Amino acid sequence: MQKLGMGQAINQALREEMQRDPRVFLAGEGIGVSINDSPMLPTAGLIDAFGPRRVKDTPVSEAAIAGLAVGAAAAGLRPVVEVMFNPFFTLASDMIVNHAAKLRYLSGGKTSFPLVVRVKSGAGFGAGCQHSHNLEAWVAHCPGLKVVMPATPRDAKGLLKSAIRDDNPVVFIEDMGLYFVPAEVPDGDDTIPIGKADVKRPGRDVTIVTWSKMLGVALEAAARLAERGVEVEVVDLRTLTPLDTDAILTSVRKTGRLVVLHEATRTGGFAGEIAALVMEKAFADLKAPLRRVTGPDIPVPASPPLEKFYIPDADQVVAAIEEIL
Amino acid sequence: MPISTRMKLDMLRTMVLARQFEDSLTLLCREPGKIAGMMILATGQEAVGAGVCAVLNADDVIITNHRSHHHLLARGADPKALMAEIFGRRTGCNKGKSGTLHLAVPEVNALCTTTVVGAGLPIAAGLGFAQQYESRDAVTVCFFGDGSTGEGSFHESLNLAGLWRLPVIFVCENNRYAGAQSYAEHTPVASLAARASAYGMPGESVDGNDAPAIAEATLRARERALAGEGPTLIECMTYRWHGHGEADRQRYQPADEIAAWKKKCPIERLAKALREAGELTDAELAGLWAEAAAIVADAVRYAEESPWPAPEEALDDVWVV
Repeated sequence: MQKLGMGQAINQALREEMQRDPRVFLAGEGIGVSINDSPMLPTAGLIDAFGPRRVKDTPVSEAAIAGLAVGAAAAGLRPVVEVMFNPFFTLASDMIVNHAAKLRYLSGGKTSFPLVVRVKSGAGFGAGCQHSHNLEAWVAHCPGLKVVMPATPRDAKGLLKSAIRDDNPVVFIEDMGLYFVPAEVPDGDDTIPIGKADVKRPGRDVTIVTWSKMLGVALEAAARLAERGVEVEVVDLRTLTPLDTDAILTSVRKTGRLVVLHEATRTGGFAGEIAALVMEKAFADLKAPLRRVTGPDIPVPASPPLEKFYIPDADQVVAAIEEIL
Repeated sequence: MPISTRMKLDMLRTMVLARQFEDSLTLLCREPGKIAGMMILATGQEAVGAGVCAVLNADDVIITNHRSHHHLLARGADPKALMAEIFGRRTGCNKGKSGTLHLAVPEVNALCTTTVVGAGLPIAAGLGFAQQYESRDAVTVCFFGDGSTGEGSFHESLNLAGLWRLPVIFVCENNRYAGAQSYAEHTPVASLAARASAYGMPGESVDGNDAPAIAEATLRARERALAGEGPTLIECMTYRWHGHGEADRQRYQPADEIAAWKKKCPIERLAKALREAGELTDAELAGLWAEAAAIVADAVRYAEESPWPAPEEALDDVWVV
């Protein structure tokens, strides 16, 4: 077992999938020669290993990058393209939302679009709201796109391998804060199925449903509450689309209490979807009203104390749980 | 390479079929309840599809737009499957998911079609990239209108294709209108072909009603692409006889302008040239029209007799499962 940051784990997945399948190629801004040469980054060293034919540095041109993926996928390749920061998704979004997601349907199932759009996301690096903006709920609102948001290096590697092998378009959202947090990753071809949540900590008293970087916040809150005898179950969704409704409902039926935790802003956030699911399917099992812990409805600010205020923390999660216990 | 008489006759047949196909749609879409949605036709622009597709190989790929019927027919798409799709029937080429606007016919390497103006261009870059990546002996043709050149996707795609020398032929079908705007109302330069120089590729403006001239230009661009020299922008100067859609009353298009362009009909022009060269008799020309009329009548009958999709079929084809 090796210890890797999520960036390194993604790098391994890309490397192994490129070795396995010559149709896999990468494209994006600074994915070959980068202004940041940290070995912890997902595409570090890949151009040396695979050359510029398969690791394509593009102009600053998000629509063309995403269109490249759509066209190349239609023609039988397996593109993995990168959107440098989540807010730039808007520049690529016509190709992803109107094309990657819809063209198969429009063809009556005749053409498929096996592509992966890797999106670097997450607040916490002081860059402000045009580099930090979690848009997963937008993407999850588009039928035809799978949406994956891993929280651990192992999940990231296994899910990215599955995404590259998937015949559907997958939006794979990586929180950049996780690139630098090492954790154990199994050796070998360890794939993780898209659409399966994972109980990262079992518990009987209350369920936290979360994903991506907020898993760490959930686990910290759970550890603190455990000292007081409150057993929190932490369900890491890992995938928003397709949504593992069984995993959510099974946990909520067991604990009777639910907190949904995400970094994205509150209104129209994906927590609302999970809340609606639970109200429709497990209302009678709830012992208390559910709670959402989310970013506030503001753009992500740049200054450290302001940004810290934005990002949900364990104190807020503990407080939310205390309200419903 | 000169365009042979046989190729010219094939182009004429293709244009006559497209005209018959779309003229029938002009009538059918006025019948209440017959065809849902918009009806967007390329009447008068048939030379572009016929001329370009005449010199493509089976392995070449095209991507077209909302005004696609003449491209797809020129590529050899089955008129019955197209018509059934336009009628929204289960037997349509896309099982009723597309309708007339986004007809995809992978059987003729029209893998996908987009109505989002300018959106075919980045996808064409991707299609061409796949051909280059796998060293396929094939090119991609992207059909788009003059209106597309106002989109950012035009710039991004030509820049990338020029930079990477992708085997793409960008065919701008300049029909002088984008929606209700005339060319001069949406573009400040006289020639779109001139824009090619900004992307390191040749640009050529050709008479868009002269099918053999379009074929020759396409052939040059195709040879260039296959030689690894990269993309070409071809601007076909033509005219939109009808409104943006069939419901459009064209109040903004001067009647004398329309009349003048109808005199430049691409079908009459090629037929006249072939007749004068002694390669086509009046009887043969009449035969082409009769043949096309029969094909279209058969397609309409097929569409009208085809079943509707069951409502729950709407749930199919989102995902590869």
